[in-house]
Amino acid sequence: MATAEATMGGMAHAHHEEQSFIRSYIFATDHKIIGIQFLFASLFFLLVGGIMALLIRWQLGFPGQAVPFGDPISPKSYNALVTMHGTIMVFFALMPMVMGVFANYLIPLKLGAPDMAFPRLNMLSFWMFVSSGTVAMASLYVEGGAAGAGWTAYPPLSGAAQYSGVSLGQQLWIVSLILFGASSLLGSVNYITTVINMRAPGMTLFRMPLSIWSLFITAILALLAVPIIAAAAIMLLFDQTIGTTFFLPADGGQPLLWQHLFWFFGHPEVYILILPAMGIVSDILANGSRKPIFGYHSMVYAIITIAFLGWIVWGHHMFQSGMNPLLGTTFMISTMAIAIPSAIKVFNWLGTMWRGNLQFHTPMLWAIGFVSLFTIGGLSGIFMASASVDIFIHDTYFIVAHIHYVLFGGTLMASFAGIYFWFPKMFGRMMSERLGKIHFFLTFILYNLAFFPMHLLGMGGHMRRIADPTQYEFLRPLQPLNQFISVSVFLLFLAQIPFVINFFTSLFKGEQAPLNPWKDNGLEWTVPSPPPHGNFETTPTVYHGPYEFSSPLVEEDFLPQNAPLNGGERKAATVGAGAGE
Amino acid sequence: MDWLPAAASTYAGDLDKIFYVILAITGVIFVGVEITLLYFVIKYRGREGRKAAYIEGSNKAELIWTLTPALIIVGLAVASQNVWSKIKDPNRFPEDALELRIEGRQFAWGITYPGVDGQLGTDDDFTRYNELHVPVDKPVVFELTSADVIHSFFIPVFRIKQDAVPGLNTRGWFQATEVGEYELACAELCGVAHTVMRAKVFVHPRDEFQRWVSEQAQS
Repeated sequence: MATAEATMGGMAHAHHEEQSFIRSYIFATDHKIIGIQFLFASLFFLLVGGIMALLIRWQLGFPGQAVPFGDPISPKSYNALVTMHGTIMVFFALMPMVMGVFANYLIPLKLGAPDMAFPRLNMLSFWMFVSSGTVAMASLYVEGGAAGAGWTAYPPLSGAAQYSGVSLGQQLWIVSLILFGASSLLGSVNYITTVINMRAPGMTLFRMPLSIWSLFITAILALLAVPIIAAAAIMLLFDQTIGTTFFLPADGGQPLLWQHLFWFFGHPEVYILILPAMGIVSDILANGSRKPIFGYHSMVYAIITIAFLGWIVWGHHMFQSGMNPLLGTTFMISTMAIAIPSAIKVFNWLGTMWRGNLQFHTPMLWAIGFVSLFTIGGLSGIFMASASVDIFIHDTYFIVAHIHYVLFGGTLMASFAGIYFWFPKMFGRMMSERLGKIHFFLTFILYNLAFFPMHLLGMGGHMRRIADPTQYEFLRPLQPLNQFISVSVFLLFLAQIPFVINFFTSLFKGEQAPLNPWKDNGLEWTVPSPPPHGNFETTPTVYHGPYEFSSPLVEEDFLPQNAPLNGGERKAATVGAGAGE
Repeated sequence: MDWLPAAASTYAGDLDKIFYVILAITGVIFVGVEITLLYFVIKYRGREGRKAAYIEGSNKAELIWTLTPALIIVGLAVASQNVWSKIKDPNRFPEDALELRIEGRQFAWGITYPGVDGQLGTDDDFTRYNELHVPVDKPVVFELTSADVIHSFFIPVFRIKQDAVPGLNTRGWFQATEVGEYELACAELCGVAHTVMRAKVFVHPRDEFQRWVSEQAQS
């Protein structure tokens, strides 16, 4: 895979100083190459996770029947599939997509910096990610099978082989999580430092695009959350291998301690995945509406509030765990409070489109799709925030529907928006608008057919993570719905074919991208595509905020952040690689 | 509307009511947002030579859409809290209840009944697997634990769910309101046979339940 990435990365990077092939494209320190490496890696894992989803849906729609060209799925393999689908999608597809691809690619370019603050650390972060992903993939092929305790890995089930029948697979799962944590921390430190130290002259914090704001805040959130899971994972590994009992009740260990530690990371993780998506969508929605983002400052404060609240609400995953019910009350209130900044964001997006001059380019369609679907995912969250309603819907398909509306309808829709938007920047070629729109409409429709009915399953009491719903009399009437969902998921998978075709044909044969194809204000559109090593020939000076669309001061409907207002008499002030204020 | 399963416990109706209230509120917001989105997409679709209005925002609007959700949230939290504490607060558990001890294990539910004397921990206690028998219209307080991994005690028609955690004795209660046969499921992934970790729930008329207890005690 590494070689494939490297050759693809090679497509992107035409101008560079003399460096060996290996240093330029494999052990690269250039943030743009690393971003593209992350892109290929996360698309690969997206495919793997997607195939697992197909197998899961096959079993749920047609329990016990042999998979076409294969065997029936055993209950043990089903548990492994459910576990690894969640693990791969969250850690190896979506997280590297937002915090690997977009954070790497956009932060220096949008801030007018030549690279990340710590390019070598950045390289290390990518390769730790690759080793983490390799360990996770290897766990699929070891004796005893892959981990089967769910992506949440609740002990004692995950803590001792006697309970799950999996030993090496579960240990590899833990090791890969520890490596992943290290990779993620290195990335976060880098992003935070870069944003604080490397902004071009004039790029004040409140002139940063919301994409960068959200990546910045997310990096801080990751720094506060990821070490906890790394520590917990090491404790779990000790329980598994050297006989400690942190989480095993036999010698006074506490199974609930794991849940606290896991969700202290796990809940922020959801926001780590959704906040950058919100930022990307904000950028693209303003561009597509040709209007400033509505309420820029309140959008920034909403990002900060969501991140802070997201950090202190982990207990809502544990309402029914046996935790003191009084704690349930506090977590219910803090959780419900997140609805407020989330609502602010949705209304501000609508406000951005209001009286705009909407350009329905492909990225804009995905951004609008995001607003539409995130609204559903946000609203369905209120149901489980209510501790009493959660008694019934906890651990049912209502939760499965909710998480998929947030992560697929939210994060993945925004990622597609971002890929279509910045593909020309990354590779110097345009993607096909026609294929992009086909991809959008098929995905949007099939996505809703696949996931909306899961709310109804959950309302019928359908438990998650069961391999055969027909075992229960009360679930049998829901089986036709299960089959409908399965067929929709199969079609949804096929609907990604236009994207694959579009991506690879555009990579080689796409139209040459003009300098600023979307008429955007971002600094990344002032340099050639793909940008040379070091990004900017001279450090740009920033004169405006990121969303000066349709400004009455200029004739055009956009105003690049580095364009001085009165003609061109003021050129960039500083020359050279070092940037700062 | 009966999207939720039949309600067969005293508090099922309270929980369902909050569910439907949230459904109504979120439903209105959902329809409102989606229709607005669609309307904007049509009305403000791009035309050549037109420029968008240059509007950076409105503090008044921000205030409205901060305070409105905040007020709704406070209302929902208060309503939820009432039902939550009614179901889960150990200080508010009903008195004079039938006491049961329930133990989840891979992969069965063991239910220990107090026998004819109505007292747990005496010689006439007896344990039955995968059959939960309770009288109608009488509160049942249970102590829940697990012998191995975490399970979750879930009776959809009663709207009760409580995790069974090894090393913890968690207490819960319900009061059945409808005679009949129902299902008890494990809602927490607990291992290879998680899917089939189910039990039958029998809600008996009171005298029939007493008869069943005496029969079991004799055998």
